[in-house]
Amino acid sequence: MEQLVSNLLEFFYILIGLLLMTTAVRVLQDKTHPARLGTAAFWLLLGIVFAFGNFIPAMVDGIMLLLIGVLTLFKQVKIGKLAVVDEEQAEASARKIGSWIFLPCILLAVFAVIIANTPLGGQVGIGLASVLALLIAMFITKAKPKTVADDADRMIQQVGVSGILPQLLAALGVVFNAAGVGTVISNGISGFVPEGSRLAGVIAYCLGMVIFTMIMGNGFAAFTVITAGIGVPFVIAQGGDPVVAGALAMTAGFCGTLLTPMAANFNALPAALLEMKDPNAVIKTQAPVAAVMIVVHIALMYFLAF
Amino acid sequence: MMEWLKLIGILIILVGFIFKFDTIAVVLIAAFATAMVAGISIVDFLEMLGEAFVANRLVTLFLLTLPMIGISERFGLRQQAVILIEKIKSLTPGRFMTLYLFIREMAGAFSIRIQGHTQFIRPIVNPMAQAAAENKYGELEEEDVEKIKALSAANENFGNFFAQNTFVAASGVLLIVGTMESLGYQVSAAAIAKMSIIVAVIILLVGAGYNLLFDRKLAKKYGAGTAGPKEGK
Repeated sequence: MEQLVSNLLEFFYILIGLLLMTTAVRVLQDKTHPARLGTAAFWLLLGIVFAFGNFIPAMVDGIMLLLIGVLTLFKQVKIGKLAVVDEEQAEASARKIGSWIFLPCILLAVFAVIIANTPLGGQVGIGLASVLALLIAMFITKAKPKTVADDADRMIQQVGVSGILPQLLAALGVVFNAAGVGTVISNGISGFVPEGSRLAGVIAYCLGMVIFTMIMGNGFAAFTVITAGIGVPFVIAQGGDPVVAGALAMTAGFCGTLLTPMAANFNALPAALLEMKDPNAVIKTQAPVAAVMIVVHIALMYFLAF
Repeated sequence: MMEWLKLIGILIILVGFIFKFDTIAVVLIAAFATAMVAGISIVDFLEMLGEAFVANRLVTLFLLTLPMIGISERFGLRQQAVILIEKIKSLTPGRFMTLYLFIREMAGAFSIRIQGHTQFIRPIVNPMAQAAAENKYGELEEEDVEKIKALSAANENFGNFFAQNTFVAASGVLLIVGTMESLGYQVSAAAIAKMSIIVAVIILLVGAGYNLLFDRKLAKKYGAGTAGPKEGK
């Protein structure tokens, strides 16, 4: 079963890779594109890493990622001509199809949860459910394959560049760990946190998670570094329960995610998707709730972990 | 002193963000600089980076859902949402968002890993909240339209972040178990998930309160409603 799951997942990554490469071809064919070659190269390289990353040497993947970075650094990746949604047509179609139009979205969630509860697991669930929901959407809307391709390209170009940032940050966390960044933090912070004070340890662990998550934009990457650097020496070694401390530290980190533009997938992405005037509007709205939740986390960890 | 240099990656990310350099390039440069300072060879760094990125492709699995959402939008997903909400007259935007927050938390608890912003906030929640507000107060000022957008996205994040770890096999839960194990502490995933329920309940209360405050603000600004004068003062 494990073999089947990893084969299925690999199949979905190849599908994603093909989607990205299709966008590369479309950009290449668009003679009016403001940065045609650079943008096409960006999507092609990314597509190759997704589809074949496991089959080519890791070093080649690494080189392709650096090339992707060079392209975005020199602003060679831009959004080109997209197949925009015609408001009037969409309205006419809504009157015709009615609420059936929600079915694919709902079934995506339903299929995903059903499959997640089988031995196939949640990740395969998302992949299979996406494909099934797409087929159902095509059936309901009678969309032609060309329309599907147009819309897939539109969504990928709109979402793609900020969409790969979390994955890149997870990779950054791996590099940080290998370099021993956690040890450095632990040594550095021991000067500020009074020894033997549980409250100081709890505050340092929670705020460390918040601040590190804000800097890295990724609570997962922060967790490994901060737990090794602060959580264990200053909370758990003082008698704190690792279950309570670990569970709360992770969600304390998510308070940081609410506060940082680095968490592009959660804060910048919706600002772009909803065409907001202020790219930081989501963060500003979340800030008061994040502040309350940070205090809640410190209090919970202090009273429940000991 | 040499040890402190390892924090250069964090500094690069900080500076890169503040000066709004390209984020993808900044992250890659931060990784490269950290590896160099730590004495990792260029070849080892490239291998580590490539392997880590490929191993984390799960994080971007949501790209597969985009084609379906794209055509659903073309064929009137948003427009139909507006037609529906026009029938539900009693929901205020804040109450509607609290309802979504609750649904989103349940989804997390049942391990539905969705990319809510693309799947729900853009096509459904924001248009429905906007329509609810227009139903009650007539056309809103641009400032408030933008606020509803931001609050819709915020509720998605509240529900997603603080409830996902109530599911035993959530990646966050497994990361906690794995990290603790590698540091010498045995913990069970079920215990972590159970512990996470407290925070999931608290965010529902805090979020509902926050949404209620927003409703109050709108009501104060636009009056009790344009759906017809209610009883006098």
